[in-house]
Amino acid sequence: MLSDVSVSPAHASAAVRDRRIGAYASRAHRARYLLILIGLIVAALALVVLVLSWDNHQVPFSDRWWRVSRMRSESLTVIALVTLCHSFATVSFQTATNNRIITPSIMGFESLYILIQTAAVFFFGISGLVGIDGFAQFLIQTACMVSFAVLLYSWLFSGRLGNLHIMLLVGIIIGTGLGALSTFMQRMLDPNEFDVLRARMFGNVGNADTDFLWFVAPVCLVSAAAIWMLARRLDTVALGSEISTNLGLNHKRQVMIILTLVTILMAMSTSLVGPMTFLGFLVATLAYSVTDTYSHRRILPVAWLLGFVILGGAYFLLRHVLPMVDTVTIIVELVGGVVFLIVVLRKGRL
Amino acid sequence: MIRLSNVIKRYGGDVEIGPVSIELPSGGIIALVGPNGAGKSTVLTMMGRLLAPDAGTVEVGGLDVHRAPSKQVARTVSILRQENHFVTRLTVRQLVGFGRYPYSGGRLTEHDEDKISEAIDFLNLTDLEQRFLDQLSGGQRQRAYVAMVLAQDTEYVLLDEPLNNLDAQHSVQMMQQLRRAADQLGRTIVIVLHDINFAAAYSDRIVAMENGRIAVHGTPDEIIRDEVLSAVFHTPVTVVDGPGGKFAVYHR
Repeated sequence: MLSDVSVSPAHASAAVRDRRIGAYASRAHRARYLLILIGLIVAALALVVLVLSWDNHQVPFSDRWWRVSRMRSESLTVIALVTLCHSFATVSFQTATNNRIITPSIMGFESLYILIQTAAVFFFGISGLVGIDGFAQFLIQTACMVSFAVLLYSWLFSGRLGNLHIMLLVGIIIGTGLGALSTFMQRMLDPNEFDVLRARMFGNVGNADTDFLWFVAPVCLVSAAAIWMLARRLDTVALGSEISTNLGLNHKRQVMIILTLVTILMAMSTSLVGPMTFLGFLVATLAYSVTDTYSHRRILPVAWLLGFVILGGAYFLLRHVLPMVDTVTIIVELVGGVVFLIVVLRKGRL
Repeated sequence: MIRLSNVIKRYGGDVEIGPVSIELPSGGIIALVGPNGAGKSTVLTMMGRLLAPDAGTVEVGGLDVHRAPSKQVARTVSILRQENHFVTRLTVRQLVGFGRYPYSGGRLTEHDEDKISEAIDFLNLTDLEQRFLDQLSGGQRQRAYVAMVLAQDTEYVLLDEPLNNLDAQHSVQMMQQLRRAADQLGRTIVIVLHDINFAAAYSDRIVAMENGRIAVHGTPDEIIRDEVLSAVFHTPVTVVDGPGGKFAVYHR
């Protein structure tokens, strides 16, 4: 044993030093990550307490207190779900497509959902929306969107187009094209039909479409859990198609699975509050830069918490402190849009 | 043993690589040489199952690489391409750690950690292992990728132009390290080389390709000859006896 070590001094020192590194580049990185995680958890909890108790003069947890807080807790649930969807969908989408600029929203996943909603009213009239049982119809539309999106985007990301710039261009054209098609159909609608459609589609954080929350919530949680289980594979998929194939992953199949989960998450989020173009980009970009690790198990929770704090914070400020409920989405979009521009323009380390 | 049987790959209408049939014995360094567009990289990526052939079969170490379970193939043959573009931020040690993925599924054991340290030390990256990849020079980064495929612990290692963008010093170091990997670790290394003289100096077998087919293959003594090289490269080549063995001159 001793003689073994003394053969080469370089090896001896290497054996003495613990060289394992794990998910962080150094101990300082690890400490910083834990600090950020704890800070975000505290901020999120504080936000929950603040939203529930702000201007609520009843005895805490009494019946009357809950009566005031019920709607607020529903909003908090919606915020938690929407940010869960956007953060998990965006991070895993960017890993699957091996880029850090385009997001599911930018690529038109939400426009697709809106197009399907609009097309239903356009071709089948109001009965298309309210005639059949609302839930069955919600299911059909979601299924339509998921299958169509998986077909479209797996073709787009199959590597046929190869480079990111062409993909971005094609994706944006598809996204805008789908949006334009929806707008066109909406123009041709009878005002009554349009009104029904509007009520269904343009939810926002303060006034979310929570009819199917009992269904949407578990679907979101299961899809997010599935992404969590795939996290180690995502770490490898992030190395690109050739290296992950070399390491024994069926890259194409992994990308298909991820795109399916992303589509489900985006459909759920859009059904609750409508499109949020830059939320996912904002939280994913911030999460990459504060975590500074490749490990998805570390990135995903931070992205979610960041999203919850940002969206929840905006909601709290605009709903309770400055009463401008409808602008929550707009403010988050504005901040997200500015961050997007800064990142794209600087295009330093993505 | 690597066995290609009637392997064909078509690009568009009129570009066709193959049919290629060849048997390469295990052990040592096998160099793939030939002019641009001869199909060296295509053949290598088909051996490494990154590219599916339109016809024919590829067997490496007794496995049909395009049909055998991916995880099993990943423990038998590893392949590294020239351009590797990562979006994630990785340290050298983390990158090399990915080489253990076929065994660990991302959960590194003590044994994996030992293999990682071994590969890093083997390529003289010990002092750099805490560095991020974007803090390295081109040559160092290339070595880190090679360390990753060595940590993968496969009998066959395929490298697509590992000397690309390396200066004289780093090219020589890289070839010496690959030579050691073949001799000391018993790996079979198949390597696409642009510089015929590196192939002459370091390889045990040379496979010369031309126009999508294998023109000639054999030991360096059989290939490094005026008439063979002149025909393969469509350029007058004169082989002279240099201080370190035969040397092909074709620069004027």
